Amino acid sequence: MTQKNRLKGGQIDTSQTLNFSFDGKQFTGHPGDTLASALVANGVRLMGRSFKYHRPRGLLTSGSEEPNALVELRAGNRQEPNTRATTIELFDGLLAKSQNRLGSLKFDLLSINDRFSNFLAAGFYYKTFMWPAAFWEKIYEPIIRNAAGLGSLSLEDDPDVYDKGFLHCDLLIIGAGPSGVAAALTAGRAGARVILADEDFRMGGRLNSETIAVGDAHGSDWAAQTVAELATLPNVRMMARTTVIGAFDHGTYGAVERVSDHLHTPDAGKPRQILWRLYTKRTLLCAGAIERPIAFENNDRPGIMMAGAVRSFANRWAATPHERVAIFTNNDDGHRTAADLHAKGVKIAAVVDTREGAPRSNSYEVLAGAQVTDTKGRLGLTFAEVKLADGSTRRLDCGALAMSGGWNPNVHMTCHQRGRPTWNDDIAAFVPSAELPAGMSVAGAATGVFSTHAALTTGAKEAAAILRDLGIKSRAPKMPQAEDAPTNITPFWYVEGASRAWLDQQNDVTVKDVKLSHQEGFRSVEHLKRYTTLGMATDQGKTSNMGGLAVMAEIAGKTIPEVGTTIFRPPYTPVPIGTFAGRARGMDFHPTRKTPSHTFAEERGAVFVEVGNWLRAQWFPIEGETTWRESVDREVLATRNSVGVCDVTTLGKVDVQGADAADFLNKIYCNGFAKLAVGKVRYGLMLREDGIAMDDGTAARLAEDHFVVTTTTANAVGVYRHMEFVRQCLFPDMDVQLISTTEGWAQYAVAGPNSRKVLEKIVDQDISNEAFPFMACANITVCGGLRARLFRISFSGELAYEIAVPTRYGDALIREIMTAGADFDIVPYGTEALGVMRIEKGHAAGNELNGTTSALNLGMGRMVSKKKDSIGSTLSERPGMNEADALAQVGIKPTNPNDPVPAGAHLMAADGPIDAAHDQGYATSACYSPILGHSIAIGFLKDGANRKGEVMRLVSPLTGIETQVEIVSAHFIDPDGERLRA
Amino acid sequence: MHNLKPLTALGGAVADVQTVGTLTICEVPDLALASVAARLGREKQTLKTLKTLVGATLPGPGKASLKGDIPAMWIGPDQWMLSADYADHETLFETVAGATGADASVTEQSDGWVCFDISGSQMPAMCELLCPVDIHGMAVGDATRSTIHQMGCFICRTGDTELRVIGPRSSAGSLHHALIAAAHSVA
Repeated sequence: MTQKNRLKGGQIDTSQTLNFSFDGKQFTGHPGDTLASALVANGVRLMGRSFKYHRPRGLLTSGSEEPNALVELRAGNRQEPNTRATTIELFDGLLAKSQNRLGSLKFDLLSINDRFSNFLAAGFYYKTFMWPAAFWEKIYEPIIRNAAGLGSLSLEDDPDVYDKGFLHCDLLIIGAGPSGVAAALTAGRAGARVILADEDFRMGGRLNSETIAVGDAHGSDWAAQTVAELATLPNVRMMARTTVIGAFDHGTYGAVERVSDHLHTPDAGKPRQILWRLYTKRTLLCAGAIERPIAFENNDRPGIMMAGAVRSFANRWAATPHERVAIFTNNDDGHRTAADLHAKGVKIAAVVDTREGAPRSNSYEVLAGAQVTDTKGRLGLTFAEVKLADGSTRRLDCGALAMSGGWNPNVHMTCHQRGRPTWNDDIAAFVPSAELPAGMSVAGAATGVFSTHAALTTGAKEAAAILRDLGIKSRAPKMPQAEDAPTNITPFWYVEGASRAWLDQQNDVTVKDVKLSHQEGFRSVEHLKRYTTLGMATDQGKTSNMGGLAVMAEIAGKTIPEVGTTIFRPPYTPVPIGTFAGRARGMDFHPTRKTPSHTFAEERGAVFVEVGNWLRAQWFPIEGETTWRESVDREVLATRNSVGVCDVTTLGKVDVQGADAADFLNKIYCNGFAKLAVGKVRYGLMLREDGIAMDDGTAARLAEDHFVVTTTTANAVGVYRHMEFVRQCLFPDMDVQLISTTEGWAQYAVAGPNSRKVLEKIVDQDISNEAFPFMACANITVCGGLRARLFRISFSGELAYEIAVPTRYGDALIREIMTAGADFDIVPYGTEALGVMRIEKGHAAGNELNGTTSALNLGMGRMVSKKKDSIGSTLSERPGMNEADALAQVGIKPTNPNDPVPAGAHLMAADGPIDAAHDQGYATSACYSPILGHSIAIGFLKDGANRKGEVMRLVSPLTGIETQVEIVSAHFIDPDGERLRA
Repeated sequence: MHNLKPLTALGGAVADVQTVGTLTICEVPDLALASVAARLGREKQTLKTLKTLVGATLPGPGKASLKGDIPAMWIGPDQWMLSADYADHETLFETVAGATGADASVTEQSDGWVCFDISGSQMPAMCELLCPVDIHGMAVGDATRSTIHQMGCFICRTGDTELRVIGPRSSAGSLHHALIAAAHSVA
């Protein structure tokens, strides 16, 4: 198809032709076109179907506020639904499809909905589909969901990448129209760090859409020259294709830069979009204004558009929606469209102006005091019916109708911190109130001053004021002369008697729907929105909200400011979810922490588990093993019978130094540390301020003033943070310094009766039981001189050590240990075997330190020292925390060795009811013990310390489990600790 | 002498070096690190001792001193991270502790971190995509603590087009991946 509606001129490059496809049909356009302008140039008016009634719809606007012309852009895994044709920059090979139709765009089967509109009025789904109730979930809801919605998703993974970034500036200018450009020039020349952001790919705003002169130049030429100068200033960052989406706290703003959306596909490795966080000292909002429609019967036919948009298409994109255009306006601005189109050779059917005193023209007919009462044309406008000032009617043949109900300043961003706009009668619109987000000023049309002169001068003036405020010297550049026409407007919202007059074309909300909402009591503006869906979806009511408010105000007998606006929320325009996700998707969702033995474990086919961000080896399967249990049982037996090695680097390590280091530990641990001898390790329990157990670990005293505290893996960060809080805030007078060394040392547990024999081959010092007894620690050397640390501590209950070397040697060390242990059939063991052995030994871990248990519950009540003050000790004495029948840790074993004992199951008396009232306690950790040959668990039981030998039931009504169990000591293995002292 | 073979944080025997466009991202494993924190009431003495050791006054908040054999970076009130060539100063922490005695708490930090040196004219653009610091507002020698993709890192501008990033060693792979991805974005 030729570009039959293409005019001459415009800011497009006609020397190049771009091919694109819409609904399978091939078209051409030019660089500088949007999909919308190219379709207009090709004479396409029908572009979509409406949300509810599937009415034929075309463009309403030429900008990001577009409610109707939403398309599915691209195909395959890059298909993007609900993309506004007005913001899509045309590229060669562009593919777009109309959406929300069943069948073709011209013959949409769901347009039947329009015939049943009486049944589908606002809130219909609150009233219908009520009976029978059982039908809702399986029948009504699926049908409604299927019919609802706009575009469709590809359901494939998005192949593009998205970045996030951070920028800082003195002044962020939002919008590069005349006021924004003037402000940027003022601040840029003064040397301030400026960011000038505009959602459009061409800066200049309305100057590109008008025929207005600025100084001696055409407005768009002046804008281009000024933008070119700004681009040469190193202190000014020009960000076209960048939408500022929200004003957040403390002068931070979000912005989405569409880096590659104007390309067929992003260049290799390049992001599609970047979500920027902008840190600003000041912000100047130059967001301009959005033209508002007038509601009249059948005002939604393809071809009926905003007057300013028609002007944009004609002047900027050299395209007219039809060769014969009528104008319907209540203000002088509508006449500009007529004048500009006429100058371009487009036939003006007439200008219909609601005002009796409308300006006259010699070039075309002006119908003053007239109104458009109805339109016709199934898939596109054919004529408009006009009621003239004398009451007679007249038919205006036209293929396009340009309407203007006035302009609304773009106040969105001024309201993101909960501000509300104020009403200005002079322009019949809301303007920004004095209550702006911190650091924000507003200039140009966004403040309600609509002339080019006012935009230029307020932009420069506000920028100068900001510079003064920031202490930056500036000389305001002299702004060139420009038109300074006053805003002549008589408010006119809807044509009397109209019912199917569309206020919100995106959500199919009519004047009648607003009246219904009022009639049914949904009169608050927020209720109106929810009841009718006015102002929802992708355009967020940018062209519709004001009309809805005006109708509601009139029905309610209130003024528009009394009705008020709904809350404005970010983002300003739709943002792909991928942009919010950025690089944090899939395996990059969070950083991965690897242990020093990771490669070693991978080589052995270890199965890994995520523990926080860490990847830890869970077990090491060997040939012939088919289930995880086989591997784990083997690792446990090998360790208990001879020796095993496990990477325990992930446990938190905090270096504690200072003259008051011991006193500090006395504060954070409930048990005493002051008297711990140098060269010794002690188990410690930390309580929260409220007396509940927080974390446990060990502290090794390497010198009088030097300890190494270990924490659990899960709580490493939290405990370190807690310790810093205690140091900095609670005891700032203590001489103590903390730093994490978790990652600096590769640490391995070497456990089992032969562990000493293995380590004797590696450690350069004497580690006999006499020289290095249970709970000893020391700085040592290994393998002939490498500095290392050795701790004789045991989580497994066996003779065991933990040995640490600088992390870079961690891989080498575990291989040395494996070599040294070969004679003893050493095995590497994972977290599962570690877990089995600690349950067999009755050691508490995360399942027991679960945020509800006290030291007393854990069987460590006597550890809470009364001789000193420590965090949590006072509140651990609260009534209720120390009841005689309080939960105490116990061991649980099945009376029938074949029965399972699941963790999470509850303990009930051997007979009697099974319910919450008779709950006696619960199992926290369970496993199969290969040493004992049956399942075991540890858990908490009321008065557990005195109930050993009692037979109970361990029940899980949810999973239907009921096992007879015997309460035993939690220390299934070596209760006297002979092994670990051997 | 032991015969254990060290691995770099990225798991290689030698440092990883990658070039993306004009940007180069080098892993720097040959770096000895030691943290030093002045003890209560011993701040002045610590500063004096370290000035002699380092050969320069220790930097204040947000700053690093890059000259000499032992560059220093401010990392907290009365706290610095000292660095040196690993081959010559493997036990830097012992040297520092020997000098300060009980005036300061010194901790070996060499293997707690991974260090990357980034160089190239696009370094600032790359930094914009990585962390919230104001790279354009940072002079050479400015250093700060920030986050890159949720990882706590030290960021030091070591030259007009050079940046040093010191991040958690166990996440070296994730950090490196983030750096390379950002380099591709801007290269």
